[in-house]
Amino acid sequence: MSEPFSSRRNSPGRTTFRRAAEGVARGLIYTCGWAAIVVLAAIAVFLATNAVRAMREAGLSSMLSGTQWYPTSEPGKFGLLPLVLGSLYVTGVALAVCVPLGVAAAVFISEFADKRLTEVMKSIIEFMTAVPSVVYGLIGVAVLIPFVKDAFGLDSGMTALTGGVVLGVMSLPTVISISEDALHAVPVDLRRGSAALGNTRWQTTVKVTLPAASSGIFAAVMLGLGRAIGETMAVLMLTGNAAIMPTSVFDSVRTMTGTIAAEMGEVVQGGLHYSVLFTVGLVLFAITFAINLAADIVLERQRKRWRR
Amino acid sequence: MVIPLHVSGNGGIAAGMRNLNAGSGGADEGEPRFLREEDEGDDPVVGVSAVAEAEGGLGAFALADVSVSYGRDRVLEGVSMDIPAQKVTALIGPSGCGKSTLLRCLNRMNDEYGDVRVTGTIALDGQDVMAKGVDPVELRMRVGQVFQRPNPFPMTIFENVAYGPRTQGIRARDELSAVVEESLRGAALWDEVKNSLKKHAFELSGGQQQRLCIARALATKPEVILMDEPASALDPISTQQIEDTIAELKSTVTIVIVTHNMQQAARISDLTAFMLRESLDRPAHLIEVGDTKHMFTNPDDPRTESYITGRFG
Ligand SMILES: Nc1ncnc2c1ncn2[C@@H]1O[C@H](COP(=O)(O)OP(=O)(O)O)[C@@H](O)[C@H]1O
Ligand SMILES: [Mg+2]
Repeated sequence: MSEPFSSRRNSPGRTTFRRAAEGVARGLIYTCGWAAIVVLAAIAVFLATNAVRAMREAGLSSMLSGTQWYPTSEPGKFGLLPLVLGSLYVTGVALAVCVPLGVAAAVFISEFADKRLTEVMKSIIEFMTAVPSVVYGLIGVAVLIPFVKDAFGLDSGMTALTGGVVLGVMSLPTVISISEDALHAVPVDLRRGSAALGNTRWQTTVKVTLPAASSGIFAAVMLGLGRAIGETMAVLMLTGNAAIMPTSVFDSVRTMTGTIAAEMGEVVQGGLHYSVLFTVGLVLFAITFAINLAADIVLERQRKRWRR
Repeated sequence: MVIPLHVSGNGGIAAGMRNLNAGSGGADEGEPRFLREEDEGDDPVVGVSAVAEAEGGLGAFALADVSVSYGRDRVLEGVSMDIPAQKVTALIGPSGCGKSTLLRCLNRMNDEYGDVRVTGTIALDGQDVMAKGVDPVELRMRVGQVFQRPNPFPMTIFENVAYGPRTQGIRARDELSAVVEESLRGAALWDEVKNSLKKHAFELSGGQQQRLCIARALATKPEVILMDEPASALDPISTQQIEDTIAELKSTVTIVIVTHNMQQAARISDLTAFMLRESLDRPAHLIEVGDTKHMFTNPDDPRTESYITGRFG
């Protein structure tokens, strides 16, 4: 009796080998996945152990609610709020710059530009990613600081606004390219369906394409946000680094990243100040982790909706 | 070859009603929808429509010497035919003979497909749809389209159907609800979804999604609906439902349908047009167009006969 699928090539030995190969591949993938989680946990544990002394001596809640950052006075004051707010102000400005500009650019590239213009714009965006952040800082120092000072009649052009704008520009490539991918993934059939109902290309974009791509655009914004909140060098050069409670974006601010970078070199290893800087790192880690988690939850919910 | 078609009788009343609907549908009165601004003066739409109506129904196409090229590649040449109002006209022919291309000429969807050039004249109720002053966006509200694969928008059932009317400027909730119900009934989907209008369209089955797309096209109250193999991705039962829907619709709407399925063309169409691309270095032609019964029993052209018998039996 001949079975439909049997052939001499599919001998039992071959099948065994295939099964084994699949087992190995699966094992490798599982290992890599778990390794990522282990590394992440290791980072958290490392930060936490180094922050133990600060939590014991300065107290976590008093650090988180403290409004004064004088780490070198006697005794040192380790209020983290000015730094956290500094980061939030700068990041807020960055978002206000990169979300509208980035999404608009992505829409233009994917829906309106012709092929050649698209190529040109994509190369520009790639180039923007390749520029080191210190160069953005330099341009900010040379151009934006004097401009902000004059335009708003300030004593100093080193403000949260200045740092945020440059950060926003730095995040643009991320936001543009990932939003563009999201728009690109919207089936062309949907656009045609909308056009066939008597919609202009612009109406189609606003009513169908953008909403259909919204989860991907949301992811783009989150990644841009992650880049902005973690960026160090440019903000260090542009925000003036005054560790005071900011009241507006025209104040000089010091971000969490800037604080760690600027002060780590001058502290006694294992000392209280040293340990406090690790606490700052831990807070930064927690905020970034929360942002990513929130993004994942939203994306997963959207994905379920999309599944046919 | 042009076969003159004289449609007589019942179209008039339906057409009159449709006209009323169109009038109330355009909410922003200041802005003529079909015409671009430079042509505001002479108003060919109304004038010609009135003539067409007098002759029996809106939604009749007259094609004369239509040719289409994609870039340098001429794929279709010299198509002349009349598509009567409130009938079902089927386009048949082997793959790649330009059925979809010809269909897309009728609502100028070819404009959306890149470097496409269409020559000749295509008149809808006497008005040249390729004339400079004609806004394709406005034309498409009168000539709807249903695609091969169901393509509902990622939104609720209600919003899918309300999409076109909203574009036309209808905002009032009760008016929208009325249009949505009427359109869903027209597409024979109302009974299945009337209690779940807020459900996401993707939760429907493929056949239901396709009928939703028909409802969506009906909602702008078009005179013509173009269907490009609307049932080719569906199971037999859904196909049957789509065919029943088409049979219901043709009393009010002109339908032009592309189909691969000979039996389907024979079952549902009043008129059949057979197209053929005889060799790859020559564009496709319209071989023969005529009454469906005639085409399937006693075609004039031997090529039609061999195609139909080859695929039919
Ligand atoms: N967007 C396009 N760009 C270039 N060529 C196309 C395009 N669409 C169709 N064609 C060509 O035009 C011819 C007719 O295609 P089509 O109208 O899709 O035929 P059918 O619908 O009868 O199968 C084919 O040779 C096809 O390759
Ligand atoms: Mg086709």
